[in-house]
Amino acid sequence: MPRYFTEDHEWIEVDGQTATIGITDYAQEQLGDIVFVEVPAAGASLAKGKEAAVVESVKAASDVYSPVSGTVTEGNAALEDDPALVNTAPEGDGWFFKLTVSDAAELEGLMDEAAYKDFVAGL
Amino acid sequence: MNAPNMSGWKPGTPQAPEGSDGVHTVTGNRGLMLEEPLVFEIGNTETTGVDFPSPLTLAGGAGGGPDTGSGSTPTADSSRVREGNRLGGLDRSESFGLPGLSEPETVRHYTRLSRQNYAIDCGIFPLGSCTMKHNPRLNEKVARMPGFSDLHPLQPESTVQGALGVIDELAHWLVSLTGMAGVAMSPKAGAHGELCGILTIRAALEARGDARQVILVPESAHGTNPATAAFAGYAVENIPATAEGRVDLAALEARLGPDVAAVMITNPNTCGLFEREMKAISDAVHAAGAFVYCDGANFNAVVGRVRPGDLGVDAMHINLHKTFSTPHGGGGPGSGPVVLSEALMPFAPLPFVRKTDAGFDLIEEEDDAAAPQSFGRMAAFHGQMGMFTRALAYILSHGADGLRQVSGDAVLNANYILRRCEDVLDAPFGATGPCMHEALFSDAGFAEGVATLDLAKALIDEGFHPMTMYFPLVVHGAMLVEPTECESKATLDQFIMALRSIAERARAGDESLHQAPQLAPRRRLDETLAARRPVLAWEG
Repeated sequence: MPRYFTEDHEWIEVDGQTATIGITDYAQEQLGDIVFVEVPAAGASLAKGKEAAVVESVKAASDVYSPVSGTVTEGNAALEDDPALVNTAPEGDGWFFKLTVSDAAELEGLMDEAAYKDFVAGL
Repeated sequence: MNAPNMSGWKPGTPQAPEGSDGVHTVTGNRGLMLEEPLVFEIGNTETTGVDFPSPLTLAGGAGGGPDTGSGSTPTADSSRVREGNRLGGLDRSESFGLPGLSEPETVRHYTRLSRQNYAIDCGIFPLGSCTMKHNPRLNEKVARMPGFSDLHPLQPESTVQGALGVIDELAHWLVSLTGMAGVAMSPKAGAHGELCGILTIRAALEARGDARQVILVPESAHGTNPATAAFAGYAVENIPATAEGRVDLAALEARLGPDVAAVMITNPNTCGLFEREMKAISDAVHAAGAFVYCDGANFNAVVGRVRPGDLGVDAMHINLHKTFSTPHGGGGPGSGPVVLSEALMPFAPLPFVRKTDAGFDLIEEEDDAAAPQSFGRMAAFHGQMGMFTRALAYILSHGADGLRQVSGDAVLNANYILRRCEDVLDAPFGATGPCMHEALFSDAGFAEGVATLDLAKALIDEGFHPMTMYFPLVVHGAMLVEPTECESKATLDQFIMALRSIAERARAGDESLHQAPQLAPRRRLDETLAARRPVLAWEG
């Protein structure tokens, strides 16, 4: 399944009309120990580039933006009890939310893994 | 809460710290630095340090009059009290276990705790963005004069003319120092002042039938600014910073439009830099029909030298605890008067003091002819009177020339630290010129695995309160140092020596930094666990 990345360090994995979204390993590394995550509720309507979730570490609180527009089908409930999942498995069990993509064309502007690696190397 | 400590047994040290010298004591005390359990752990329900008279009974005069028996506790008389009170059976029938201590135990408890504290009265407190400066004892003497300290806010105006005069005199100084048209004195702290400013701007816009929805906030602004704008119901949009750490004027101008209500700018900003293009920014904002809110938290860097009114500012709060040396810490009491431009003054909040030929009036009602357009009231009374007397004492004891020297010395001290440390600590904006009242460093140059946190904890071992860490967010591993004007060169040199020494260890990858602090009453606390599993009540 194709996986894309944003300049705000979110990843999005697309499977047909459904997409899973989280923050990258680089992002969790920069944030430090994650202590709180607020994910959107099922049914929430998200717009590309707008606030979708909140992640809080011992250093800072940050917004997480939705890489594409769509309707949330599930927020990762496991993060409420165990926000450390974002540190241990940011691009796996530490996913933030799933949504139904409303416009697949919005994926076109995003980076693939190689491009994101280059982007991070340049920071 | 669990059962209180009925016996009064003192369990002693719950977590005896182990010194790096390997010396253990059975008490947990180290020399004369004493361990101190929580008050719940040392108090008991049988002891009290005060003798209260028993409450009066009120039922039909039966048994009326104060109880004169000495030494009896309130619980001994509880049956009598319950018969006669007017609480309708809602009064408490059982002890709820407040810990009691005798007077000497109480004094020792808090004195021991205070010895483990660090305060501005102990040494330099270099928290950037917070401005921890000396609180002159003259201020305290003035604030404690009975004519001020014994007043009640509901006293008739004719009996508090002196206090109203203090408010008016302080307002005059704030208006003069900022070059503005007037000031709202009632906001209770900096962020409250921000809200006051934004509500005033909203009232002005509504008065001309202009429902603008957006407030622009640069990256270099204080974090409370976007919070204030959102709280007041506005959509918040960011304006990027330039590579020099200042507002990107072109980006700001490009975003301005008929939907923008205001721009909130912190000047000097959180990178410790003066926004040189402030006048151009204000002109552009005004040309677009919007207002300029300036976060004046850092006014202490420019007081006596720059008048925000000359830079086109429409509203700005002043933290009396920063610029004018009122006490800062323990959460207050803050005070955040807001100076306002001619365009905003008609909408200022109630109440305010008006000087007349006969004395001073307190304008309190919205239907008062003196305040036809006021947006209303933000606080129950007129503001933090105790802070007004202290701030005015500070201003009058310095005079205009003294205040000018205050900002000059604050900036000089910060630049001294910046230039004495920039060869061992990365100063991201050091090349753009002098800083203002705070010096900003980043963790660039630290060895792999060594973090800003390690350096901060090592400063504790050296006897210094750490600087502000990881703020502002635009700088990686930020360290923001604000010495204030109060520190002597000798103190600064000692601090710099410690900071340079630790910075060199961080560059060399000294593993022992991860162990710091080794000499504090507690070793490094687990901040992550504390945030993930906070214990917010005593669990016995």
